[in-house]
Amino acid sequence: MATDLVPGVAPDTPKTKRPGVPRVARKKPARRLALLLRHRWLYLMLLPGVVYFLVFKYWPMYGLHIAFKDYVPFLGYSGSPWVGFKHFDELFTSGDFSRLMINTLVLALLTIVFVFPAPIVVALLLNEVRVSVFKRSVQSLIYIPHFLSWTIVASLTYLLFSADFGVLAGFINDIVGGQRVDYVAQADWFRPIIVLQLLWKQTGWGTIIYLAALAGVDQQLYEAARVDGAGRWRQLWHITLPAIRPAIVVMAILTSGNLLDTGFEQIWLMTSSLNRPVSEVFDTYTYYVGITQGAFSYATAMGLFKGVAGVFLIVGSNWLAKRLGQRGLY
Amino acid sequence: MAILNARRRNPSVRHYDSLGSRVFDVANTLVLLFLVAITLLPLLYVLAGSFASEGEIDSRSFFLWPERFVTDAYDYMFAGDTFIRALLTTIMVTLVGTLVQVGLTLTMAYPLSKRHLPGRVLFINLVLFTLVFSGGMVPTYLVVRELGLLDSYWALILPLAINPFYLLIVKSFFQELPEALEEAARIDGCNELQVFWRIVLPLSKPVIATFSLFYAVAIWNDYMSPLLYINDEKKWTLQVLVRQLTAPNADSANMLGTQSSASFPEQGLKFAVIVLATVPILLVYPFLQKHFAKGVLIGSVKE
Repeated sequence: MATDLVPGVAPDTPKTKRPGVPRVARKKPARRLALLLRHRWLYLMLLPGVVYFLVFKYWPMYGLHIAFKDYVPFLGYSGSPWVGFKHFDELFTSGDFSRLMINTLVLALLTIVFVFPAPIVVALLLNEVRVSVFKRSVQSLIYIPHFLSWTIVASLTYLLFSADFGVLAGFINDIVGGQRVDYVAQADWFRPIIVLQLLWKQTGWGTIIYLAALAGVDQQLYEAARVDGAGRWRQLWHITLPAIRPAIVVMAILTSGNLLDTGFEQIWLMTSSLNRPVSEVFDTYTYYVGITQGAFSYATAMGLFKGVAGVFLIVGSNWLAKRLGQRGLY
Repeated sequence: MAILNARRRNPSVRHYDSLGSRVFDVANTLVLLFLVAITLLPLLYVLAGSFASEGEIDSRSFFLWPERFVTDAYDYMFAGDTFIRALLTTIMVTLVGTLVQVGLTLTMAYPLSKRHLPGRVLFINLVLFTLVFSGGMVPTYLVVRELGLLDSYWALILPLAINPFYLLIVKSFFQELPEALEEAARIDGCNELQVFWRIVLPLSKPVIATFSLFYAVAIWNDYMSPLLYINDEKKWTLQVLVRQLTAPNADSANMLGTQSSASFPEQGLKFAVIVLATVPILLVYPFLQKHFAKGVLIGSVKE
């Protein structure tokens, strides 16, 4: 309000004013207050949500600085001594890092090769179905596993593949013969089982975004192609695939941004003492040393590394997508 | 135009009559049926197993139809108080949690949908940033502990109170609502809160239904939060119980608070608990299914 009385500092003095520029170039505090008051109900509605984000999203981000401290719960955030990069040194020099990185990357690679293309293939197959009742029924049935918890999926896996009474393990054994194999406990079978679980749980649901893209294709394109003598294969190659390409790019960016995000629940539930050398990834190890063993600072350093790497991955893949002439996420 | 639309809806208008094309159709149908089979068979197997006797489970002599139907596993499950308590806990947390989460999401999405609101971009960026970067597991755990929420049911609800993706989808739904209706209410003397309550919410019933179901399923299925924040065995949720009972070397009798005896259905319980934890999801699934395709895609197609 005081500034109102001092014309010299106001932005709309004759000296600075150019013709055609509206007078409200900068809002005065009084106007600002009036605006806030006018929208007080909206701000009031915004408040609980903002508090949630500050408390449960931004306070933990502030808490990340204990990666550079020796955090002792008794001393709290401010009382714990700074130690610089001690925990990062420890992380990168101990054997932990390379083992976790390899395990995480192998799972990520398997996901890209086997899990990522599966929904695309299924969506294309569904798109070729001509009886719409059949198509819809298949869709609603293969979406089901997405809504089941990882606990259920892990338990199902135990029931199907464990040595003592797993029905599939027994079935495979009857065919192959020889000794009974405990598929769920053995390190060799950990990765294939993780991939199988992901395929079973997420493939159906994953088709939804591609089917949505396909629903938007103008059917006249197909008619025109047929008039020009294109068979089904040609139509797939020249119309259907280009139509879902943007969706594929978006999903590829999201997947590579989450490369290091192996699903915690899934991996944790399938980890056993026998498969630990291949099953331990950043997320589960963070839980193990951080929560169960109380090495808060070390675990936070690991989490911070993963978080920063994740940002680089998503920015990098977005950049790459744009370089390749595709529309990125942002 | 109507004719065009009708043709678009009806795929049989496309003519494929070459032999290769027909062979493909048959093969395609078979592949899709195979996919449906491997989706459903594990579930049907567990259902059958939950009614099979211990002997049949041990000898693996059944697959989808046990020779003799017994309900031992279910009897034992409901005999002790552990299962009932876990079930009631999960139902309660799911109901309260969904209410809190949907409430917070709707009230935050509405102001964010108002383009004229000063500071709106700042708040949207506040939300967007959390999609790219987060404090992670340990710092979040420390916050929950700092707030004294360890071993509290609120720890299963509050840290996940708003799903940023859902928030942004609801926000763009609100932006699509006709402004004229709200304007009319405002002229009639409603303040923003009343407009939201009397005009916007009634128009948003399908969206509210969709996201209530999504939030409810997420809480019901959550295993990580109880693993992180709940130590007290009395506060176990259903997912934790499923895990404890199906994990190798589980001490089921002790866990369920029943007497172990010769006829104790050690293995049958594993099947039964999976069925009991899955059935509620399958019950709401038809409702979910009716809404999700629409709900999920409202936001992802636009912007």
